[in-house]
Amino acid sequence: MSDFILRTEGLTKEFRGFAAVRDVDLQVRRGTIHALIGPNGAGKTTVFNLLTKFLPVTAGRIFYNDRDITGDRPADIARRGMVRSFQISAVFPHFTVRENIRVALQRVLGTSFHFWRSERSLEGLHARADELIEAVGLTEFTNVAAVELAYGRKRALEIATTLALDPEMLLLDEPTSGLGHEDIARISALIKEVSKTRTILMVEHNLSVVAELSDTITVLTRGHILTQGRYEEVSKNPEVIEAYMGTGHG
Amino acid sequence: MVTTVAPVATVGRRSRAGLVLTIVLVALALIAPLLVYPVFLMKALCFALFACAFNLVAGYGGLLSFGHAAFFGSAGYVTAHAAKVWGFPTELAIVVGVLAGTVLGVVFGWIAIRRQGIYFAMVTLALSQMIYFYALQVPFTHGEDGIQAVPRGHLFGFIDLNQTMTMYYVVLAIFLIGFAIIFRTIHSPFGQVLKAIRENEPRAISLGYRTERYKLVAFILSAALSSLAGSTKSIVFQLASLTDVHWSTSGEVVLMSLIGGLGTVLGPVVGAVVLTTMENYLAQFGSWVTVIQGVIFVLCVLTLRSGIVGAIEDVLRRRSRRKAAPGV
Ligand SMILES: Nc1ncnc2c1ncn2[C@@H]1O[C@H](COP(=O)(O)OP(=O)(O)OP(=O)(O)O)[C@@H](O)[C@H]1O
Ligand SMILES: [Mg+2]
Repeated sequence: MSDFILRTEGLTKEFRGFAAVRDVDLQVRRGTIHALIGPNGAGKTTVFNLLTKFLPVTAGRIFYNDRDITGDRPADIARRGMVRSFQISAVFPHFTVRENIRVALQRVLGTSFHFWRSERSLEGLHARADELIEAVGLTEFTNVAAVELAYGRKRALEIATTLALDPEMLLLDEPTSGLGHEDIARISALIKEVSKTRTILMVEHNLSVVAELSDTITVLTRGHILTQGRYEEVSKNPEVIEAYMGTGHG
Repeated sequence: MVTTVAPVATVGRRSRAGLVLTIVLVALALIAPLLVYPVFLMKALCFALFACAFNLVAGYGGLLSFGHAAFFGSAGYVTAHAAKVWGFPTELAIVVGVLAGTVLGVVFGWIAIRRQGIYFAMVTLALSQMIYFYALQVPFTHGEDGIQAVPRGHLFGFIDLNQTMTMYYVVLAIFLIGFAIIFRTIHSPFGQVLKAIRENEPRAISLGYRTERYKLVAFILSAALSSLAGSTKSIVFQLASLTDVHWSTSGEVVLMSLIGGLGTVLGPVVGAVVLTTMENYLAQFGSWVTVIQGVIFVLCVLTLRSGIVGAIEDVLRRRSRRKAAPGV
């Protein structure tokens, strides 16, 4: 098996002639935290949507564990072990915290089409759900509806739900956006912890988080890769500084 | 830590309250024909089952179908034909009707399920219009006259359905079985995924669920139970007619669910009872019925956005939260 868990070749996405993502060759090394950064509208979320098949590619190919997944359906991507989060926090609002996680856990039981079986058959998953809830510090909200949680806690819940699938690789789209200082610290610590056994590709605007967490950085501007490398190298690149200053990012 | 305990206690209390409510409602349904005209009650029960079946896809699956009359009406035709022309025993005639409606559900679902929101509604409406025109053209439905004088027959060969009271209790039993199936479906592992899809479909997909398949299963179940309602109605009224496949019937079931409360367990039942009652008592106003219905509907949507049952649930929830608050 190669060093790279995820690879793209010439990844391109056009929206009615406008190239939102252009000829992107991305290589994510197994077991690392890889950050994808760039100004607003650079195409970061679009890359995520392409990788997880939420959008069909216009051109190019995607390899996951050396396997061509360009033609897969989005649900299959998760089954292969690559699970994404969303830029705007994605929870099941009227489910409790535990139910949110349980719905992720229940798929492997293979009873998800059993409409004749009682919901009680899912109670065996509560122990595992509660462990995950504790890991993200939400224990006291176990039975609270997700919609009533503060934003930072919703993000924590989202990560716990993602982890419930025990994915090999996580794609996190701006996990710390909209969070206060304390929450940022908590989420970064969580990502760091999680990355011990997994690969993470994340989009992140907060450069101190990027600096602290990531092993490799890819900078995207106007849909194409400007440069990639380690944080120290990339942050000194005048083109990167230019691209960020130009749109008001520090 | 009180916060973790309180909601659990509320859940326990809520399911006990649900049990008490169920017992009271069933008891009421058992004595109802002594107080109210049984034919009216049977009509209400058929529509209640129809609305509950619709609610399964619309309220829990988030799929606003505007073609459910196709299942309800076609099943009615097939059952009526089987009982009258083929001379099938009643239970078999109903089974055949349900099968026919279910097959239709598979076809509709297969075609429509990938469409979202209003497109889904339009596709289901278009398909059901095709069924309507088909019913208008083919000889076996007898056009404007419909299939009349359908024999009620004897259930299992010995329960005489020509006795109104017997018929009523059979209809009640069919309704309760259908309702139990829906209730279980909502509270099953499948129902959990279905609700997750309604809550946030992209997230459900990203967790590895092939969401169209779940929606398709829900749609087919809903079509089957709508068919059961339609078949039963044709036996009760000894008639299968164009009204039941007409788009206005699809509209009516949407109204019932909305007024009662979409996505609530009892909402469609309440909505069906309210609308059938209204039609009954407003019949004297002739064509004004539609206008009066329209006004009531608009008022309902404006004042009770989550329907009658939804509004009651909101009030109860707020009260229980206020009660729980001092402890937190
Ligand atoms: N579905 C779509 N249809 C048309 N254009 C789109 C679509 N999705 C994204 N775009 C365009 O593609 C470009 C890249 O968008 P994208 O959301 O990927 O940027 P981003 O790097 O994630 O930005 P941000 O930092 O603001 O999240 C933008 O110009 C956007 O308007
Ligand atoms: Mg983005």
